[in-house]
Amino acid sequence: MTDTTDNLHVMNRAALTKRLVAGLKNREAVIGGIGNSNWDLWGADKTRGENFYMLGSMGLAAPIAMGVALAQPKRRVFALEGDGSLLMQLGCLSTIAAQAVKNLCVVVWDNGIYQITGGQGTPAAAARTDIVAIARASGIANAAWAADEAEFDALVAKALTTDGPHVIGVKIDQEPGRNQTDRDPIRFRESFMRAMALPV
Amino acid sequence: MTSAEDAPVTWHAILRQALKDNDVRLVTYVPDNVLRPLLDGIHADPFFTAFPCAREEEAVGIVTGATMAGMRGVVMMQTSGFATLPNALASLPVAFQVPVLMVVSERGTMGEFNPGQAIVCRTMRPILDSMGIEHHTMTRLDEAAFMADRTIRQAFATRWPACLIISPLLSGGRK
Repeated sequence: MTDTTDNLHVMNRAALTKRLVAGLKNREAVIGGIGNSNWDLWGADKTRGENFYMLGSMGLAAPIAMGVALAQPKRRVFALEGDGSLLMQLGCLSTIAAQAVKNLCVVVWDNGIYQITGGQGTPAAAARTDIVAIARASGIANAAWAADEAEFDALVAKALTTDGPHVIGVKIDQEPGRNQTDRDPIRFRESFMRAMALPV
Repeated sequence: MTSAEDAPVTWHAILRQALKDNDVRLVTYVPDNVLRPLLDGIHADPFFTAFPCAREEEAVGIVTGATMAGMRGVVMMQTSGFATLPNALASLPVAFQVPVLMVVSERGTMGEFNPGQAIVCRTMRPILDSMGIEHHTMTRLDEAAFMADRTIRQAFATRWPACLIISPLLSGGRK
């Protein structure tokens, strides 16, 4: 897979979220991070009980997903997280690596900006920080950039069939999320817990 | 059940037993000196899955996810670590009504030498109160089992976070 950020095709978060969710056949859990990450998850399939839409705890999509994965080792769990969000909680990559959470995959949507607050650049973008390299240096060996849509599919397939933890970095465009998630945390918690109670 | 002869007699053994009695298996923590005997006992007991996190917020996220997926958990930290949590608590376990347990060893009072710890300690109870998070301060060994068990039980019954504060009166505090 792709090791560096050179020659990465810029993709679209909404399209790839749809692609990811459509390919999930075994009640995989998907935790959508703050803002656009969960708006596009909502847009991909709002009827899916295994989706969890995080509200305001920026940076906690991967830790929440890790908790689900630890509680249910047979279920595959995805976190969809923005680059700015992950920057807030980089230490979680070491925690995930230390616990060697086999059934966890963190997808990082990297557009280099805080899109939802007005498109300000992240310090990581200004410094050309490589988030996948950080994941690898944190101890997550299965961390790679997806060079294009086909490689994204291949990396997701790998995350579904091999031991993780996995990190998939995706360079995305600056398009805002189009589908605002309902702000109904109790309903989301109830539907997610009901879905998690069903066997994989 | 344990018999009277071999009943646990330390605060940390009592707390560990209360967690087991309520099927709280996941323990995430940011290390703390006062909590050391509790954490050591938990690590030595295969009933628990226990590990350190880089930040308290992260630990709250992990326990929230695990609890929603059927594994009960607790976050352990010291007072200054708790003070990093208001946004994570308000927007995650409180907003979603997920019973995340917290155990905080209290620093900053009764002989604190560090001014920063003394000041941040005063923020803890107002933060908990402002979010309606039930908290009890454990000060006495004879009340510890009842307080721990009932607080944990109520958190799960009412689906609301709860916090047990370990007072220096009980733990002896930081030497």
